[in-house]
Formats: sequence, structure tokens, C-alpha cells
Amino acid sequence: MKKIIALLMSVVMLLAFASCGGNSTADDTSSKSAVNADFKIGLICLHDENSTYDNNFIQALKSVQAELGLKDDQVLIKTNIAENEACYNAAAELVDSGCDVIFADSFGHETYMIQAAKEFTDVEFCHATGTKAQTQGLDNYHNAFASIYEGRYLAGVAAGMKLNEMIENKKITANEAVMGYVGAYNYAEVVSGMTSFFLGARSVCPSVTMKVTYTNSWFDIAKEKEAALTLINSGCVLISQHADSEGAPKACEEKKVPNVAYNISTISMGPNTAIISSKIDWAPYFKLIINASLNNEKIPTDYVGTIETGSVALTELNETVAAKGTKEKLKEVQQKLINGEIKVFDTDTFTVDGKKLTTYTADVIDEGDFVPETEAIKDGYFNESSMRSAPYFDIKYIDGISE
Amino acid sequence: MKSHEKGTREPLFNIVKRSDIVWWKAWLIRTLAIVFALVVCALVIVVLTGYNPLQVYTAMFKGSFGSKRKTMVLLQNLAMLLCISLAVTPAFKMRFWNLGAEGQVLVGGLASAACMFYVKDGMSNAMLLVIMFVASIVAGIIWAVIPAVFKAKWGTNESLFTLMMNYVAIQLVSFFIMFWVPNGSSVMGIINQSTESGWIPNLFGQKYLFNIIVVAVLTAVMFIYLKYSKHGYEISVVGESENTARYIGINVKKVIIRTMMISGAICGLAGFLLVAGTNHTVSKNLAGGMGFTAIMVSWLAKFNPILMVITSFLIVFLQKGAGEIAMTFRLNESVSDILTGIIIFFIIGCEFFINYKINIHSKHKEG
Repeated sequence: MKKIIALLMSVVMLLAFASCGGNSTADDTSSKSAVNADFKIGLICLHDENSTYDNNFIQALKSVQAELGLKDDQVLIKTNIAENEACYNAAAELVDSGCDVIFADSFGHETYMIQAAKEFTDVEFCHATGTKAQTQGLDNYHNAFASIYEGRYLAGVAAGMKLNEMIENKKITANEAVMGYVGAYNYAEVVSGMTSFFLGARSVCPSVTMKVTYTNSWFDIAKEKEAALTLINSGCVLISQHADSEGAPKACEEKKVPNVAYNISTISMGPNTAIISSKIDWAPYFKLIINASLNNEKIPTDYVGTIETGSVALTELNETVAAKGTKEKLKEVQQKLINGEIKVFDTDTFTVDGKKLTTYTADVIDEGDFVPETEAIKDGYFNESSMRSAPYFDIKYIDGISE
Repeated sequence: MKSHEKGTREPLFNIVKRSDIVWWKAWLIRTLAIVFALVVCALVIVVLTGYNPLQVYTAMFKGSFGSKRKTMVLLQNLAMLLCISLAVTPAFKMRFWNLGAEGQVLVGGLASAACMFYVKDGMSNAMLLVIMFVASIVAGIIWAVIPAVFKAKWGTNESLFTLMMNYVAIQLVSFFIMFWVPNGSSVMGIINQSTESGWIPNLFGQKYLFNIIVVAVLTAVMFIYLKYSKHGYEISVVGESENTARYIGINVKKVIIRTMMISGAICGLAGFLLVAGTNHTVSKNLAGGMGFTAIMVSWLAKFNPILMVITSFLIVFLQKGAGEIAMTFRLNESVSDILTGIIIFFIIGCEFFINYKINIHSKHKEG
């Protein structure tokens, strides 16, 4: 069969070649001088461009490619790679094609990337959202994330200002300022994000409370939409979400409820309801790992991008929906976050079961035991992402947030 | 108009069933179908993307045979798809629509993963592998035999029953992952990564060779079982007509339950091979839709295990090609899905011309 197909193909190729000989070839895009003609980077994605999460990585890498003048065959992107042996195989194939650095974007890819890193010691492996780099002791395996809780906090400020406007206009009373949050999983990354969003909102609107629902999936348009509708029907007047589809923003546009999103601007999906999104921009990290491997420098074991590095960003503010003065306020708060005047998880700003938090042990060192071991409260605030790149704030829930 | 007046309208053509067709003619039709499919694909490529089809086909070929590793991965994927196809085949031959392979593979894999998770390195690797093997097969049998018993005893609809058992299996896997991984991420990750206990060892330095050999042997056994054994004969008779089977003294209920046990056992084996041999973990996507693709593989090959090698090769080859095209040309995989769709359409379509003949009537015959 192999032979037959090969034979058939060659026949068809000849035919096709004859019919359209003068066609353009695959890589005539960038003839700019490349950084280094031998250099290659590989990206492994769980889904393809249709997922807002994966698209965020793909677009970031493409922008870095254009900036550094790399050719298409130096930037290899493998999409739809499942979180199983397929990830190891994809990594190994990228090594075979000569990649110097390989990056994977999904949490479940981690153990397979470690497997590959152990085998191919002269190639650098980088992984977003993972937790195991600091316990593996491998020189060529690295985790990366961003202090996205700061971005969420800013997005929360925008949400709080919108609530204030609604209270002022007598649309709702102060006690009716209830936000809804559609979370993917009941997992530290999600809990950290929702809590910082809530604290941001409460910093400007003291009476706000928040209800949370989980979809138990990272990407499920129908479930996310349904969860948002349920929250709206139970009295939530503003919705935010940590899930990768357009389900919640679209439900909000239908019900005319303001929405604050994540990873991409949703203004096109909800022109009358989308306020703003916080996002992680992966371009700075991609640049860092490319330059590090070109110059034979070490890539940090745990990298946390910040507002300052340009890794944490806000998308365009939809001024038709946002409250007056939001832009100025965001600028002010952002500056305070950068110079450390505001700490997102300042223990003076929240309570758990009515009490101020003075000590909390978090599961920072991932040894596969799920046993918390590290004191996270220092200097009067919860030290998120300072001891490991992936978030570990998993307090469910601070007062004001409920399921 | 003339024939209208006469009241005996003669159609332009009519379709006649072919009673027999010479084997080489059938294969000629199939070959032509693939050639036409590739020509149509070439046109689609030029119109949609502007790339040279020659390059696209080369990339597609490279996806499977570009390196030794790619070829081994191809063979491994082929083996797993073939294994699940072999599992559903005896049931299909019996006209028992087992749409539950996905779930049967999942519970098989779950059983293996549970053994790995709880035993860790508490016993010798060989011992653990034997326990995992038995546990997976038993789990697969249980999952398959439930709908079979209901069908045999109370005549329930097996397509719906087996289909719904898939969702129960998916939820079961989700439950256990949440139970085993309490941090809420719902990702199990590689089990026993440092000790490698419960992992099938490499054969002659090749990672996937064990899986490939097991499935190769299984293919031969299944071929003989269906074609030359008494059981195989009983399966065909029950498939053709239950009444005939009863008339000649075949215990139909027994055949249904026994055949589904075989079906489930092979699915359980596939789950074992996927967990112990390749993924070393379990997730909702362990079978990755292969339980459904297997239905097509089995039908395209007309339930012949040897031909199924070819049909599953074709499907895996197209999948690997799709991934390679997406990477090389930065096209979305949807483009490759369109190509795969065209090729499969032609292949299924050509079966019509193998089974039927078209007679075209000359217009002026009766004028």
C-alpha cells in the first residue's frame, strides 16, 4: 500500500506540477537577515488559533519572529498536540528538525516535556503554567508564567468603577453590587485570578460581593455561556471569567450585562457590554529564551513576567461601556502596583472567615504530594508567584466571594 | 416528450447491482478513486492556499516517513487504531452495533492507571504489568458485557446503550482524576515518572515495538478466528439472520454475549497498551476518538482484519500528514481536514461503483 500510494502520489504530483508550475513557494516571506540561520524554536500548542488561549501564544511568537527577522522554517509551530505521549513525540520531532528551544503551552504537557528534557539534554525546554521545574533539578527545563494577578486586579478596578457608576445612576443599590465569575477549574491559577479581580473591584467599590461557578473545562462555549446566564439570572450585575471561549462575553451581550474578559479583547463580541481584558503577553518571554539560547545564557528556572517587563497587559478600554475616569484611574493604580505602593494580596484588605490572615501554608514545592509546605504570608501580604512562577494562592474563599 | 405521450418514460440511466466483479477491476476502481481524490485535492490546494500541490503532498508524506521516529510513531498510532478496530469487528459482523469502544478502552486504561497509582513500586515490574493486563481486560469485558446482556435478555437497543456507556466511562475517569489529583487541575500527568514501574520496557531499544508486535499477532489471530473457527462461523450466521441461526441450533444469546466479551476484552487490551506502553497516564482523551474512527476503519475494510491494516494506515497517514501540512505551511489544520474529507469521500464513493453498474440508455432507441 505504501508503494502504491507513493506511486500514485508521484503521478498526481507530476500532473499538478504541470498544471500550475509557476506558483509561489512556501517561504518567500522574510528575506531579512536572520539572527542566526541555524537557530530554530519550536512551539507546542494544545489547540490551534481557534482557542483564545493558544492563539495568544501563537500571535506572540509570530510578532517576535517578525521583530527578529526569523524565517518561517526557523519558527516551527505544532498545533492540536494532546496532553499525552503526543506531546513527547512532538517535542522529540522538533528536536529532530533541529530546534534549539522548545516551548509548550498547556499545563498537562509538563510531564511529557520533562521526559523529553531528560532525554535531549542539549536542547532547552520551556513550559508555561507548569509547577515542577524547581523540583526536577534539570538544567534544560524551565517554567514560566506572569504576575497576571496584577492584571486581574487592574481589570477588577475597571469593574468596580462600572459598579460605582451603576449605583450612582440608581440602577442598583450598593448592596446589589454582585459580580459573577465563571471559572474553569477550582484550581490555584483560577482562584488566584478571581480573588485578585475581586480585590481590585472592592478597592474602589467597598460594598461589592462575588459569586463563582465552575465549568470544569478550560474550553466549552455552551457551558460557559450557560454558567454566565445562570449567574445573571441569580442577580449578578457584572460578569468576568477565567475560561477560554467566547461563551460568557456573548451571554453578557445578549443580557446587556457588562463583562470583563481575559486574554483577548472581546469588544467585537460585545460592543455594548465589554469593558476591558487583562492578558499575558508572551512576547517578552519568547524574546528572552531566544536571546538566551543564541548567546548561550541561562534561562531562569522560574520566570515571572510583570507589568514592567510588558508581560502583563490590559487590552483596549471600551470607553462607551466603561465608567468615566476609568482610564486615568487604571494608570494611577498601575503605577502604584509597579512601585510597590499597592500589594494585591495585602492582608489588611481581606479577611477569611472574619479574621485577618497572619499565616498561610501553600503548596509551592510540587513533589506530587499535594501537601502544602511553604509559608506564603510575609511582610503583611501574600507573596504570590515570588517563590514559583505558577500561582499558588488557593484560599477558597476570602470573605465576599462565595460559590 | 415522446415517451411521455406513450406513458412509458424511460430514464436516462438505471442502476443495476453487480453480482460479481473481478478482483482486479475492483482494485482498479479504488485506485482511480484515489487518483481522482488527489487531483481534486490538488485543485482545492491551489484555489484555497495558492501553494504548489507538489510541496503539500511532499509535506504530507514527510509527516509519516520524514524520519525514523515519525515512522515508528506512525506504526504505533496505526497499531492502536487497528487494535480498537479489531475489537469492534466481531460485534459488527454479528450486526451488533458496538459504538462503545471509546468507553471500553477508557475503563481498560483507567484500570491499568489505578494499578500503577496504588502499587507504585511495591512489586516487581513484571508482576505489576501482569496485574494491569488482567485488570484492564476484565474492566473492558464488564463495560461491554452489560449492554450485551441487556440486548440478549431484553432486546434493548445496543447502539444507544453502548453509546451512553461511553459518557459514563468519561465521567468515571474524570471522577478518579479529581480524586487522585486533589489540586483541582484535573491533569494526572505521567504516573511513576521516576521509577517507571508499570511501564512496558523498550524492546530492542524501540519504545513502541511491544505494542506493534502485540497488535500484529492479534490481527492474524482475529483473521483466523473470524474466517476459520466455529465461533467465527456462528458470528456470520447470527449477523445474516438470527432466525436462521436459531433454526440450525445456534444459541444466539450465548453468541451475542460471548462476542461482546471478546470485543470488550480487546478494547481493554488497547487501554492497557495505551497506558502501560505509551501515555503512562489516563485522561478523558485517552482513546482520543479512536473508538469512533475504528467504526469507519472496520466498515471500509468490510470487516476483514487484513484489509483493516490498510484502512487504518490510510487514516493515520492522513492524520499525520495533516499535522505536518499545518506546521510546514502554517495553515490551520482545517485545510488538511478538508483534504482528508475529500479523500475519504472518494474512497467510500467508489464502493458504489464496485457494487453497482450504471447502464446509460441511448435516447433514440424507441423513437
